[in-house]
Amino acid sequence: MSMDGDRREKMATAVAPDFILDRRDAVPALVGRHDDFLIVSGLAGTSRDVAALTEDGAHTYTMAGAMGGACMIGLGLALARPDKRVLVVTGDGELLMNVGALATIAVVNPPNLAIVCVDNGHYGETGYQKSHTSLGVDLERIAAGSGIKATRTVATEGELADGTRMLRGSNGTAFVVLRVKPTDPPAFKRNMDPSACRHRFRTALLGQG
Amino acid sequence: MDEHDDAPAKWQDELYDLLRRNNVTQFAYVPDAGHRILIDRSLADLQAHSVALTTEEEGVALLAGADLGGARGVLLMQSSGTGNCINMLSLIKGGRFPFLTLVSMRGDFGEGNPWQFPMGQAVEPVLAAMGVICLRIERPEEVVPTVSAALTMVFQSGNAVAVLLTQNLLGAKQF
Repeated sequence: MSMDGDRREKMATAVAPDFILDRRDAVPALVGRHDDFLIVSGLAGTSRDVAALTEDGAHTYTMAGAMGGACMIGLGLALARPDKRVLVVTGDGELLMNVGALATIAVVNPPNLAIVCVDNGHYGETGYQKSHTSLGVDLERIAAGSGIKATRTVATEGELADGTRMLRGSNGTAFVVLRVKPTDPPAFKRNMDPSACRHRFRTALLGQG
Repeated sequence: MDEHDDAPAKWQDELYDLLRRNNVTQFAYVPDAGHRILIDRSLADLQAHSVALTTEEEGVALLAGADLGGARGVLLMQSSGTGNCINMLSLIKGGRFPFLTLVSMRGDFGEGNPWQFPMGQAVEPVLAAMGVICLRIERPEEVVPTVSAALTMVFQSGNAVAVLLTQNLLGAKQF
């Protein structure tokens, strides 16, 4: 990590003392066996979390733009494939950009969809500016208020196992906030061509690009 | 309902049947009078998913997800909703996802609400700028052939197509 990045991280950590888990450990621990899922990830940090976890696997579609779309891509995929479990891994900033998607998803409520919001309270990609979740906004309460019945906030190691269970089985869509320190995601060079990744995903799942 | 309202029901029913025959199973929409029959038919159809959105851009992402899973969908929206989709269309253009939307036009022929004009008049240039091909329908007998052509362009050739249901077709809302 660069000096600059290190300093930004320290500043961000200082303003978010309740955020203690490290995403580099917590995301793999929460997700568990990743190939049990079809995975859609949001931009920046969560795409690198997922790419590092799966070695940029063909069962993942990792975004780097179209901010606000991850949860709804997950919904379309979950409705198309009720025989598979679909996991969305997105960040607080990406989710806040289209938080109405939680209301849309709650109404449809597919049981094969689970959403993890890796909440570091900051926009890590653009220099660790605070997001609304550092300023009092609680995404689990928004999800619950939208009508999603299965919700959790995981902020400590001891809460990880409960979150993992929720992602793997509930009567409706599950939503887990994974609260983490505002530190950098793993460095992983993934394929960022959205068309090539679509082709890769469909070939692996459907046998056709 | 006056007799003027009976005509749209016929082509809307034909349109729904056409979409279903072409294996469209995900219907996404923000509630809209222009798409009333399609929305009601999708709600009553146990073999289809009827997804009410809070904003139209959700539907763009939904349809990309449907495609990743091998399913087909359509986004039903009003012309003002196209403006809400623009950055999300990056996903469609960059990912070369097939994309079909039916747009009920406002701010066009005979419009009586001045608030509808800025977005209504911008629909075609804005969608074109994001790589979406626009096909306009002015008359009821054009609906089935034009949407059939759009289905081929989208799901066979992999394009993004918006079919614009004009106020010539739908009638301008009276104020």
